[in-house]
Amino acid sequence: MLAVDDLQAHYGRAHILHGVSLGVAAGEVACLLGRNGAGKSTTMKAIMRLLPPTGGSVRFEGQDLAGLAPHDVARLGLGYVPEERRIFPELTVAENLEVGRRPPRPGQAPWTAERLYALFPSLGAMKKRPGGRMSGGEQQMLAIARTLMGNPRLLLLDEPSEGLAPVVVDRLAEALLGLKSEGLAILLSEQNPGFAASIADHAWLLETGHIRHHGPMAAVMADAGLRARYLSV
Amino acid sequence: MLDWQGLVVQGLNGLASASSLFLVAAGLTVIFGVSRIVNFAHGSLYMLGAFLAWTLTAHGPFAELGGFLGFWGAILSAALIVAALGALVEMTVLRRLYHAPELFQLLATFALVLIVQDVALLLWGPDDKFGPRAPLLRGATVIFGARFPLYELFLIAVGPVVLGLLWLLLHRSRFGILLRAATHDREMVAALGVDQKLLFTGVFALGAGLAGLGGALQIPREAVTLHMDMAVIVEAFVVVVIGGLGSLGGAALAALIIGELHAFGILVFPRITLVLVFLVMAVVLVLRPQGLLGRGAETAPVAAPAPPLPGSLPPALRWAAIAAVAVLVAVAPFLGDYPLILLADFAVLVLFAASLHLIMGPGGMASFGHAAYFGAGAYAAALLFKHLAAPMEVGLIAAPFAAGLVGLLFGWFCVRLSGVYAAMLTLAFAQIAWSVSFQWVEVTGGDNGILGVWPSDWARGRLVFFYLSLALSAAGVVVLRRIIHAPFGLALRAQRDSPLRAEAIGLDGFFLRWIAFAVSAALAGLAGALFAYGKGSVFPSFLGIPRSVDGLLMVLLGGVQTLTGPIVGAIAYAGLQEQLARATDYWRLVLGLVILALVLFFPRGLAGAFARRAA
Amino acid sequence: MTAPVLQAEGLVKAWGGVRAVDGVSFALAPGEMLALIGPNGAGKSTLFNLLNGQVRADAGRVRLGGVDVTGLPPRKLWRRGVGRTFQITATFASLSVAENVRLALLSHHRRVFSFIRPSGDLFAGEAQALLDRVGMAAQAARTCGVLAYGDLKRVELAMALANRPRLLLMDEPTAGMAPESRLALMAQTAAIARAENIAVLFTEHDMDVVFGHAARVMVLDRGRLIAEGAPEAVRADPRVRESYLGKQG
Repeated sequence: MLAVDDLQAHYGRAHILHGVSLGVAAGEVACLLGRNGAGKSTTMKAIMRLLPPTGGSVRFEGQDLAGLAPHDVARLGLGYVPEERRIFPELTVAENLEVGRRPPRPGQAPWTAERLYALFPSLGAMKKRPGGRMSGGEQQMLAIARTLMGNPRLLLLDEPSEGLAPVVVDRLAEALLGLKSEGLAILLSEQNPGFAASIADHAWLLETGHIRHHGPMAAVMADAGLRARYLSV
Repeated sequence: MLDWQGLVVQGLNGLASASSLFLVAAGLTVIFGVSRIVNFAHGSLYMLGAFLAWTLTAHGPFAELGGFLGFWGAILSAALIVAALGALVEMTVLRRLYHAPELFQLLATFALVLIVQDVALLLWGPDDKFGPRAPLLRGATVIFGARFPLYELFLIAVGPVVLGLLWLLLHRSRFGILLRAATHDREMVAALGVDQKLLFTGVFALGAGLAGLGGALQIPREAVTLHMDMAVIVEAFVVVVIGGLGSLGGAALAALIIGELHAFGILVFPRITLVLVFLVMAVVLVLRPQGLLGRGAETAPVAAPAPPLPGSLPPALRWAAIAAVAVLVAVAPFLGDYPLILLADFAVLVLFAASLHLIMGPGGMASFGHAAYFGAGAYAAALLFKHLAAPMEVGLIAAPFAAGLVGLLFGWFCVRLSGVYAAMLTLAFAQIAWSVSFQWVEVTGGDNGILGVWPSDWARGRLVFFYLSLALSAAGVVVLRRIIHAPFGLALRAQRDSPLRAEAIGLDGFFLRWIAFAVSAALAGLAGALFAYGKGSVFPSFLGIPRSVDGLLMVLLGGVQTLTGPIVGAIAYAGLQEQLARATDYWRLVLGLVILALVLFFPRGLAGAFARRAA
Repeated sequence: MTAPVLQAEGLVKAWGGVRAVDGVSFALAPGEMLALIGPNGAGKSTLFNLLNGQVRADAGRVRLGGVDVTGLPPRKLWRRGVGRTFQITATFASLSVAENVRLALLSHHRRVFSFIRPSGDLFAGEAQALLDRVGMAAQAARTCGVLAYGDLKRVELAMALANRPRLLLMDEPTAGMAPESRLALMAQTAAIARAENIAVLFTEHDMDVVFGHAARVMVLDRGRLIAEGAPEAVRADPRVRESYLGKQG
């Protein structure tokens, strides 16, 4: 579904991604694991073309994304939830969702605000609250819900558990498992494998802009040496 | 002294003008919120609205329809036509400049001001136009025993009604919600699949429509003139800057403050209403740089535009410049009076542009009010002459000091801000200086200026005066060049390139910019004094906005990368203006088109284009 | 035992109610290389900015050679012998490499406010010597705007050294560099710091760099120091492992 091949990216002159290759198949959840600074967010931004890559290719459902604007990429069905969440602080919950709304896709039940309030009940209880006056966990739910309003076929989720209390992380994992069971493909990035272990099918380990390892999530979790090498100190 | 009834009526007058001002400022602020472009041409759209409404009420289907429907049909159609023009301008010009430096965006919209000026002149001629009075609102009502026109009362209602409609649009429509989202985070809106081109075109249409409506609504109460554009844009700038760029509520509040300040200022300080308005703006900007209701810079500073390349003059060009000066000196004795006057003016303008370049190029700041220091020098020389009968030699020495002091004073406020806000504050201070020269008649002679400011006997001949102007201008340019290449200039360029790094190696950016500002003001003052002696008189127009803009255009046309830029720019600009003014009545139109072409195709300026070709 | 170059005492900084840095104290000895690490959102950047003067602390003190410098802006810390490099390099892009370093020297020698004399030959020899030390002498005449990223990092180092610093603050010194040049740059830095007895505090993501060059490592998590000590001891600390890998890990 998503095929990233030898992706290169720079911030100004700084070379961040040194040829990242990875793939996500329909209906599966893949996880990009790595320490902070490894290039996880940059990979996400480069896929969305928010940071135009300086080399390599990204194909989504067979289509090369080269030369597309970010809004074209989103319209193809790639939904992006940024690490910083980027909620519109002066817009209410309902208005934030409205910004994300796109026409339905054939063969896919369209997301509506009501369906999302059912998935994230806490959002339904605060439809009129400005995004700026929500807790971090609520903002994360809203950021995911807002992107789902675009009826994406693949969700790019950048470090969703960062800064959230454990109980909120559990609820988030539950919601993501629900999405997975509906057949939504997800590319997740995490530095903490504990959260990802419950959702992801397989993992790509990223270090300083290089993919160092790829394998089933369970195998990564079972290999303490691997985790110590790429995730711990 | 007025009784309280009079005060109420005066307050209502203030509300009526606040209403009109709000329409224009609301459009300006909505456009800025989404596109981050400060639209200089917003006043031109306002003027077009007025002219179109005048035409539509006098000719065509609405005029034939007549009566209530005819009048209001004409007004609304005028607003809609202006909205369409706004969309057209966005699609053809501005869309290509969203990633250009701020200054180039301002320059492009200023080119539109020039173009609209002459298009209006072409279509409607130079005479003032008087519109019909509004049907059903012709009369006056009596409020507390004083007569008050019904139309003014109607205008008072228009402001809140438009504010309400805008609020509904922004909160109840998908377009409005997207606009508000884009005002906060354009990139995220794009990542959610929204094509921003449509948003931008839409917001320009909306803003332009509001300006057009504001202009059209003026025709029953004041004459439609070719001066409406600059008058209203300066006030609208003040309103959005006081209210906070991008804040609709702020624009409403600030329009109210400014409207009432005008209304009551006239009663209390008839002489200095303008000074009052701009003083309020300066105080607000210093105390709350983001404006009363502005949200301030919550977004991280965006990556600075690509730094200008350090240009050392190609040797061929340098020798050509020296040769040109030598030829001028040699040929001058054979020239008539008129070319000599012209050449002396060129020399003055070169110094003026070069002085502005110090703060715009190496300093990295924009001044939209550099004429203030040019004028300060001119008035210093003239006042010394008038009150102390000081000869030219004294005047030429005193002028740079006077202008430098003014620069120290104004600069202390201006250089602590950046970007659009700094540009607006420099403009505000220039307008304060202009108001003083215009309104303090006892000292400055007001509009009549100060006459008889002639050079000393030895320099009175046109040839000698040209040599004097050339020598002082050249000396000024050499001093500037030395400063730029001295440690101070190196540090000045450094704080422009990276404020963070400059601070980290112990450089005080504020102090560097402040001193540069004062030096620049002093040399502009020298240019102003020379200009005064050349003309034999000084007038408030010496420090008006047009002169400030002249300076800006000269520097930007030439390119800010090198000191050669403003010199080439000054000569090209002054020459173009001179030639065009002789060849056609519509020189502004041609100039505007040329500027637009340069901004779109030669973003590095004339000298930059030469240097690239040489490289 | 010599007096510490840098001391932090109970530093606190909150952003909108969240304590990004929550009571951090530590000391840095002359010539010591100390690495500051921690997971995302641990407060490293905030702590770093409290030390370099870019952010004011809500509470706590910073001492430089025993003198209280809390709240001083970065330019005044430079005057007291602090040099720094940035995570995303900050150099003067329109000036040449030599000019960048000469300007740092002009500032160090307080010769900036000179208006007429050309700056060209001032401290040219000293600048060249500094560029030689960081291996950039050959590129002295090039404009910083066109340099490769790793070279910009070297220019930054030369500029910091122009101040004859006693303390060097390096924010992610190797971020954005190719892996092979990371270790080379840090080895160079370590050699210079040793030779001149400069204390170095750096944050870093690349654990090879951290464990290859730091004499001591501090780990920050949720605004607090959770471990501090020799690299191997920190690596073995269960709290550190948990902060990086989560409970399940």
